[in-house]
Amino acid sequence: MSPKRLSEEHISALHGAGGELMGRLLSEHILPRFSLRSLGSIGLDALDDGAALKLPPGVPVITTDSHVVKPIFFPGGDIGRLAACGTANDLAVMGARPLAMTLGLIIEEGFPLSDLERILTSIAEVLEGLRVALVAGDTKVMGKGELDGIAINTTGIGVAARPIPDAGLSPGDVIIVTGPVGDHGFALLSAREDLSLESNLSSDVAAIWPLVARALEVGGVTAMKDPTRGGLAAALNEMARKSHVGIEVEEAKIPVRDEVRGLSELLGISPLEVACEGRAVIGVAPDRAAQVLSALREHPLGREAAIIGRAIERYPGKVILDTGVGGRRFLEMPLGDPVPRIC
Amino acid sequence: MSPDLFSFRDPKRAREFAQLLSRLAPARPVKIVHVCGTHEITITEHGLRSFLPEGVEVLEGPGCPVCVTSTVDLDVAVKLAQEGVILCTFGDMMRVPGTELSLEEARAQGADVRTVLSAADAVEVARKNPAREVVFFAVGFETTAPGTAAVLLDTPPANFSVFSSHKLIPPALSALMELPQIEIDAFLAPGHVSTIIGSDAYRPVAERYHVPVVVGGFEPLDVLYALALILRQLKEGRAEVENAYVRAVLPQGNTRAQELLSQAFEVSDARWRGIGTIPGSGLAIREEFSRFDAAKKFGVEGELGEETVPGCLCADILVARAVPTDCPLFGKICTPLSPVGPCMVGSEGACSVWYRYGGRPRL
Repeated sequence: MSPKRLSEEHISALHGAGGELMGRLLSEHILPRFSLRSLGSIGLDALDDGAALKLPPGVPVITTDSHVVKPIFFPGGDIGRLAACGTANDLAVMGARPLAMTLGLIIEEGFPLSDLERILTSIAEVLEGLRVALVAGDTKVMGKGELDGIAINTTGIGVAARPIPDAGLSPGDVIIVTGPVGDHGFALLSAREDLSLESNLSSDVAAIWPLVARALEVGGVTAMKDPTRGGLAAALNEMARKSHVGIEVEEAKIPVRDEVRGLSELLGISPLEVACEGRAVIGVAPDRAAQVLSALREHPLGREAAIIGRAIERYPGKVILDTGVGGRRFLEMPLGDPVPRIC
Repeated sequence: MSPDLFSFRDPKRAREFAQLLSRLAPARPVKIVHVCGTHEITITEHGLRSFLPEGVEVLEGPGCPVCVTSTVDLDVAVKLAQEGVILCTFGDMMRVPGTELSLEEARAQGADVRTVLSAADAVEVARKNPAREVVFFAVGFETTAPGTAAVLLDTPPANFSVFSSHKLIPPALSALMELPQIEIDAFLAPGHVSTIIGSDAYRPVAERYHVPVVVGGFEPLDVLYALALILRQLKEGRAEVENAYVRAVLPQGNTRAQELLSQAFEVSDARWRGIGTIPGSGLAIREEFSRFDAAKKFGVEGELGEETVPGCLCADILVARAVPTDCPLFGKICTPLSPVGPCMVGSEGACSVWYRYGGRPRL
């Protein structure tokens, strides 16, 4: 294969070198995919040193995240969809409407251009759906073997009427989870070559702002978190610790797909400790809980939303699990996500 | 997932068992000891201690094979590794402290220590490395020992040998009954081990010490059922062997596996961390297989170092004299990421299970 051909079908060192080839990568492959490229001021098209933003009234919220998922393409999504959703969801669970995003790509030399196009298309779809502008970006290429394919960094900016912290729970608040837990982690596990498991499971990766917005419209939301790494167990423990309350949850009420339950038994990995990428854990004042739940259930992403427990005064900082069989124990903070490289 | 498995987790039946347990519980404190890491996981993960009537406690004894492996044996394994053999063992053994080093630390200093999932995997390592000596550091109770026996009987390659630290459960139950300052009212016997040795294997213990022994399975209702049989025996003043895991355990056990064991091994004394030497509780490789016996092949001996660190309650936890939360180090300076004692290292150790699954005496 000639070097010229290589550079047309695969990423080469020159694509990250700031010259002609990089310009073509930007103008032909990256920019045209994104319809919203500025937020009221200097945006992506200016190829300036940074973006300037005009934000609507409210409290600006910013978040950043880097993504190294393996495999890059998995059942239900890919690293691009994951990066865009992950960043938008972090804003959403802060109570902020996502408005703008930056995109940093670090690509291994030799990475297929067609794969990069698929990834960019996924990102563009998510941003388009949320009406989020891509306002700045960066591309770097690393040598063959210096990186495993691609890593993506995204920073998101949004505006909240009132930021929702993890720490806002009071005793009595009701805990809602917006859908079945563990899908993402187990879908990735079953997709990995070294495990040769067959399953129809898909990642739950999705942008949850439209769902979260419904809960916020009803009101009474006191705390919110997306149960990504460490899953529901980590999210609940963090909320309990930061809010200085106990959280009591009923295992039997936590939605878990049969397929996830089966894999969990097979692999000895609890579905409560495995990442979700399209769910939120929401604390709601008791008088609004029923209303918030029905608002969530009206949205396709929230059909299986469920009340799983409540905040209590006893055992501050701890999560108490009423086990499915009727016993009681602490649900501890997981040591780490049992599945590596999930996001 | 088969609905059968989850039918052993039915909350309605569990509540009925809880009521039965309260009706059967004698009006005095009762200490039931099990000797199986998997039982501890079932009990803790499903929060079964909250079903126990006031005064009834169920504790893990020496049920984690990794935890009870003595420094004497560990030091032999470390020395073998340092002398240049490829040492193969189960992953959980890597971080168990020896007198000076753990196997993980020996590996960090250049020794070739590899984790395997079975004795057969270790034989595979030997076949792939014909120019190197490969030693399988064999730990485990009657459940894992037949796997080691099978490779010894199957003429492994000449560069393969076994360092046996295999242990037997019934002598450990007797040893616990002989210990001072511990009153054990009954044993919940391990289902896995019992599939091999059979429920009849506990008759001598039950008769000699007049203590009920009930074999239990590993789903929540299996355990609750076994506990109910134990409390009924105590209430009626009986001390017998009963089998609450009939779907897996026969009175005579797995005679084929027992044959393998007696062909490859002979019963020997063995040292248990936290307990000391228990007569007739180990499995030594028979003379006719001595060319595969690493202890004889390399003539290495271990030394008896400190088996627990000051402040660490492992020695008491391993004999069911204490529970993990009694230990001042538990969850503070001793966690699965930086374990102080063996009960936190082995994934079946009481401290590791309580840490991961939020175990407490009662919630």
